[in-house]
Parts: sequence; C-alpha cells; structure tokens
Amino acid sequence: MLAKRIIPCLDVSAGRVVKGVNFVELRDAGDPVEVARRYDEQGADEITFLDITASSDDRNIILHVVEQVAEQVFIPLTVGGGVRTVDDVRRLLNAGADKVSINTAAVNNPQVVADAAGKVGSQCIVVAIDAKQVAPGKWEVFTHGGRNRTGLDVVEWAQKIAFLGAGEILLTSMDRDGTKNGFDLGLTRAVSDAVSIPVIASGGVGNLDHLADGVTLGRADAVLAASIFHFGEHTVREAKELMRARGIEVRL
Amino acid sequence: MSKIAIIDYGMGNLRSVAKAIEHVAPDATVVVTASPAEVLSADRVVFPGQGAMPDCMRELDARGLRPAVLEAAKSKPFLGICIGQQMLFEHSEEGNVPGLGIFKGEVRRFPADKMVAADGSRLKVPHMGWNEVWQKQAHPLWAGIKDGARFYYVHSYYVDPADPAIVAASTDYGIPFTGAVAQANIFAIQFHPEKSAQAGLQLLLNFMSWHP
Repeated sequence: MLAKRIIPCLDVSAGRVVKGVNFVELRDAGDPVEVARRYDEQGADEITFLDITASSDDRNIILHVVEQVAEQVFIPLTVGGGVRTVDDVRRLLNAGADKVSINTAAVNNPQVVADAAGKVGSQCIVVAIDAKQVAPGKWEVFTHGGRNRTGLDVVEWAQKIAFLGAGEILLTSMDRDGTKNGFDLGLTRAVSDAVSIPVIASGGVGNLDHLADGVTLGRADAVLAASIFHFGEHTVREAKELMRARGIEVRL
Repeated sequence: MSKIAIIDYGMGNLRSVAKAIEHVAPDATVVVTASPAEVLSADRVVFPGQGAMPDCMRELDARGLRPAVLEAAKSKPFLGICIGQQMLFEHSEEGNVPGLGIFKGEVRRFPADKMVAADGSRLKVPHMGWNEVWQKQAHPLWAGIKDGARFYYVHSYYVDPADPAIVAASTDYGIPFTGAVAQANIFAIQFHPEKSAQAGLQLLLNFMSWHP
C-alpha cells in the first residue's frame, strides 16, 4: 500500500536555513545540506525548500543549495519561492530539484502551469495554494503571505490547476499557519475530495496527532510541517510511529 | 575501472541518477551522454526517462540514439528507469505511440474506475510516493533488499508485460501492477532508485556489481 508522506519544510534565505517565530526574528538554523541530511536520516519521505531570500541579487544562491543537497540526499526534493517562469522551473530541476512549487505566478498567469507541465511533465509541478476561510465551508485563494485576496474560490482553483497539468497541490491554511492549532481539516478534505491529484496539507501543525488528523480526517496524501521538527520538539520518526499507531500506512 | 553511460536524450534532469551512482560506486566513471559511441563503449548502461513517453521517443530518435540503445540492451548490463522502462515495451496508451519493442506488452494508464482505496477514498494519479515493491523472482539486483521494501514512485502509466515470466516485482495501487521486469542482461524498474534512500542506493550498488 502507498505510504502517506511526511515532508519537513525548510525556509532558506541567502543559502542558509532560517527559522522564525511568526515571521519575525529570523534566526540562522544551519546549513541546508546538514539539515536535509538529518531529516533524511530520521526517515523524511521528501524535503521541501522554500526560498524566502529577500534580495533579488541572492536569488541564484538557492540553485547552489539545491545542487549540494541533491548530491548527498537521495530522497525527493521540492523547491518553491519566487518561481515565476518556465525557465525558473527548468533551472531548479537542472540543479537537482525533483519538483518545483509555483504559487503567485500561477494566480497571475495560470498558463504558466500548463506551459511548465507541458515542458517538464506534471509530476514535477506542484501548485501551492494559500487559503483563507471567507464563509462556512468556503475558502479564498490569497497571495503574498495572506495579504492579497484574489477572488478565487480555493476548490474551483484547485480543480482548474489540476486540469491545467499540476501534479500535486500544496495546500496551506493561512488561518492556521503559525497557530499550532492543527490543519484546517475542512479545507483539506474539501480540496482533496475535489481533485484526482495528490494534496499536501500544510499550516498549523502543533503536535503529532495533527499530522495524523490531516490524513485521516483531511484525507491528505502527505503532510508538511516546519516548526514541529525544526525546534527539536519531535523527530520525523516519532511522527511516523504515532501515525502507524493510529493505523496510517507509513514508511518506517 | 568500469564506465557507466547514462543516456541523455534531453528529457529531464539526470544529475540525481549520476550522483547516486557515484555515491555507491566512487571508483566508477559515470558519464551522462547523448553520444551513441559513448553508450556503445560503456561497460554498463542506464536508460532513464521523465515526462511523457511520446516526447521521450521523439527526442531519442532526434538524437539518433535508438540503435545504440537497442545494441546496449542486447549485451550490456542495462538498467531502465521510469519512462526508460516503459520505452522498452511495444506500445503505450500515452499518446498512442510505439515503443522500442524489446519486450512484448503495453504501457497502460491507471484505470480511473479502480482508483479506490480500501476505506473508499479516492486513490490519486499520479501514483506518487513510497510504495511496497514485492519481489516476484530471485534476482541479483534484489540482494540485500527485503521483500516489500518501499521505493519512491511517481507515474501515471505502468507496464503490462505479455510474458509474466519477465515480471521481477509487483506493487499494489488500486490494482497490482508490474514495478520491475528482468530478462538476461536487462533490469528495468518503474520506481526511482536515485530517490529511494537506502533501498534505492542498494539496488544501484547491486547493478554496479551485476554480471549477467
């Protein structure tokens, strides 16, 4: 049986892993290769890098990071953050990424999803959706860290990008992100049930049961978390042991 | 010192495959190449593939690599990966294109009506993630890999060999499908050993020391 995946997410700025508390006070948290290797050893099923480099001068640094990690860590790597064009996608794949995640650029120009999938294959294209609840059972797509509304309904948008050729959806609840109150399970389930491509739940993980809930109640195919692993509260292995105890198929 | 050619016909990034082989066989010379001469002079050949099979077939022929691939598949230790496995078959439903026809059989898409999990939820396509690979025959490439070990898959199509005797592994995803085939000097897999952590590295190590 296919295992549900656990994906640690690393924020990378100017070539270093950083961690912040509520997006302020970013602190250096180490070398991306070292951190990625540690997660690999703990049994992470994939690793996601989110490039949050502010300065455009430093944007190419992520390519070197990806090259170095891909030389030493033999599990799938997804890279996102600032990906705008098919060329951006190609550069990251050539550096060693297995999947590239597109967010704002897909909202601005959905055709980029179709073009990228046509060039490199759907399996390499993840579309990241930042969602906020706007009414009971209704969510809207936001961009720019939850600041800008788009007017797009999340479920309809998910179906559209799946139709255009996205291979996977990274779904983040902006209401839950950073709260440690758990995934927005209604959102996760609504999207997962609406599309035939895999959905990664993200945003709000505060304990290991939240990860399991994302799979059992949210019907996510994979769960993504950052702080719960970064700050040494839990290892990926502990997360998998708990998920297995709750009857979820995992790779242990 | 042995030379390994990874056939590069312009479909996707082959760096990860090269790095994984270098990792398990630091003394080997690993070349990522589009040159038929390089392929023919190599001791071992890896035939990868990514994207859509019609594009892969077109690009392979555009580079004049078909004769070298067919020749290598006759004689050298030969590892097909992902679309590189699918292309060894006669025909694919993806784009309705012929393959290289080394193996009899069809490349099929996961049938939508069978994509239902035991709990009634929908199984997603692409089949993406770590699934159990059940070995269907003893083979040197399975050395040190336990039956049912998990490997990383990402695909929407799978091979359906006409001859069940070549099936080397099976995986369940809504239906049981063929994850690996083996015949003489050819071993070909749908999953990605270069992305399958320890099990994948072990398989690549086994390939590097395989003397069919």
